[in-house]
Amino acid sequence: MAALMLRWSCLGKRWVLACIDGGSRHGRGAAIGLTSRRKRGQSSVAQQPLIAVQKSRKGEREWAAVVGLEIHAQISSNSKLFSGSQVHFAAPPNSLVSFFDASLPGTLPVLNRRCVEAAVMTGLALNCRINKKSLFDRKHYFYADLPAGYQITQQRLPIAVNGCLAYSVSVGKKPSQVSTRTVRIKQIQLEQDSGKSLHDEPRSQTLIDLNRAGVGLLEVVLEPDMSCGEEAASAVRELQLILQALGTSQANMAEGQLRVDANISVHHPGEPLGVRTEVKNLNSARFLAKAIDFEIKRQIHELENGRKILNETRSFDDKLGCTMPMRDKEGKQDYRFMPEPNLPPLLLYDTASLPPGADPQQVINIDWIRERLPELPGKTREKLIQQYGMLPEHSFTLLNEVGLLEFFQNVIKETRAEPKKVTSWVLNIFLGFLKQQNLAVNESPVTPSALAELLNLLDRKAISSSAARQVFEELWRSKGKTPSQIVSEKKLELMQDQEALERVCHTVMEGHPQVVMDMKRGNPRAINKLIGLVRKATLSRADPTVIKEILERKLSS
Amino acid sequence: MWARAVKLGLRSWVGWRRGFTSKADPQRSGRVTAEVIEHLERLALVDFGSQEAVARLEKAIAFADRLRAVDTDGVEPMESVLEDRCLYLRSDNVVEGNCAEELLQNAHRVVEEYFVAPPGMCSPKWLNRLSLSELRI
Repeated sequence: MAALMLRWSCLGKRWVLACIDGGSRHGRGAAIGLTSRRKRGQSSVAQQPLIAVQKSRKGEREWAAVVGLEIHAQISSNSKLFSGSQVHFAAPPNSLVSFFDASLPGTLPVLNRRCVEAAVMTGLALNCRINKKSLFDRKHYFYADLPAGYQITQQRLPIAVNGCLAYSVSVGKKPSQVSTRTVRIKQIQLEQDSGKSLHDEPRSQTLIDLNRAGVGLLEVVLEPDMSCGEEAASAVRELQLILQALGTSQANMAEGQLRVDANISVHHPGEPLGVRTEVKNLNSARFLAKAIDFEIKRQIHELENGRKILNETRSFDDKLGCTMPMRDKEGKQDYRFMPEPNLPPLLLYDTASLPPGADPQQVINIDWIRERLPELPGKTREKLIQQYGMLPEHSFTLLNEVGLLEFFQNVIKETRAEPKKVTSWVLNIFLGFLKQQNLAVNESPVTPSALAELLNLLDRKAISSSAARQVFEELWRSKGKTPSQIVSEKKLELMQDQEALERVCHTVMEGHPQVVMDMKRGNPRAINKLIGLVRKATLSRADPTVIKEILERKLSS
Repeated sequence: MWARAVKLGLRSWVGWRRGFTSKADPQRSGRVTAEVIEHLERLALVDFGSQEAVARLEKAIAFADRLRAVDTDGVEPMESVLEDRCLYLRSDNVVEGNCAEELLQNAHRVVEEYFVAPPGMCSPKWLNRLSLSELRI
């Protein structure tokens, strides 16, 4: 179990959570307002997490927060979980709806093979035990976007259980200070998505679009092993990367393909866990951490003022930056789970138990799927570290930014420069420019080829470091020009003529005898002044190290 | 896993029954309290409008109670008559959909191509407000 460092500081009478912020690594997802839903997730098993909390300076009793997550990922498939209508993000309302999705009488569910494979792949990637037999159930509640009045899910016996997910959090101000944590995965289950409701308040009605009704979802339940917003956000980010690497879900929060509900409670270490609240529909990576941290603070505030925490469902208002109780809350929900009578148990096999002569289309072999699992993000990072000698935190940044890894690899392919140089340029300069102008990698005006060419010039010592930066800026500003063009236009080439350089040095030394005397006396700053003068004389086209070498040689002669 | 799930299910069902028999009038066992009726009405959107309906419910429960006369110790429960059948796996192709017009014909009210529902949660109050013709009964 991972140890945790939470630093609580007290500003006056208010507790402030200082869970060290690792910076904005998360994508620029916009929060799309999916309407509030009354779906209450399963209760996570309450366990005593091992948390070390530092005492505050005022010596008051410290608080520990406990965060569990229920993550719904839309399965990337052509058709829906139980029907043959299409899965697609934007389409005319109710055009991707079959009779089964509209819950017309006489229709029956037919399980999509691809969704089962996606669930098995995800379970294997998250180190779960795959249940060779799993069952489908009905979860009943009434809401206009759930035409059948129930959702088909896997409550009793889900397809995968007992896994773990490793993720990384910053534990200090320096980027190199990262620590690996794990969170246990309680289960992964297959379930149906509901339709979309658009509330039309002025006309007192709700408009229902069933295009999304019946789309396959993977619900991943994370045990309450996390203790702050940043940990939760990092865990979700890692899960996103894994799902995207597997291809089981595009996991794009902005498009609603990944939705997170958080279960949050606070308690004093050593005491039993507190009452938990559920914060629903956190649909943006940016607001996930904010919402969780706000709720933790709110609960502490309430408890410290002698009030009680209600076991309720809340939603996060990103404009106000706070959680609010959801409307339509009518007390505890009773979902009246019952077995889905129209679906037999789902049986999976491995190579040993595969029935001979079975139709390959009708059986799923777990071993076959395991052998064909794509490379997971953890492995990709390891390879980057080994192959290119980069630091772990660099590998994290490369994978965290969408498209950056591909960009990096394309540059490496086309350049002769050292990988460390490429890493430094991509992560510091290139990424810096992107962030400054809030652009995604695929919106970059600089192509991998252009950067590769620039690094080649630098590697050949055709230009100096500072000149390279100038060229990069120019590349960013004006599309279409190659680095070589810019170099010749701006006359940034390094002087290759050694003799000419020596003559310039000689001239400068003659012109500034005082500085030369300072140099002879051993004043270290004198030589820098001379280097500066020579550089000016050569219009910055000389390599400072070469200048220094020449000056020192002349001095000693 | 099955056995445990069923035992839990049984226990909670038994607890539920015990729950309202304990609140029962000692003269008449098997009474269903007003609280339970309200809860059921909310969950199932049914209307136990009259005492007659409640009495009918109590009789139905008493009828089902006769199941307890059967000794099921050591017998694995059956959850579905399909338990020995093969679950058919469909290949991931798009073969349905594109019938918005047909589907919307079933709707009582339509706005552009959306179904229209009343705002907020479905509740018995709302259900009772609708006339029989709107419910298409």
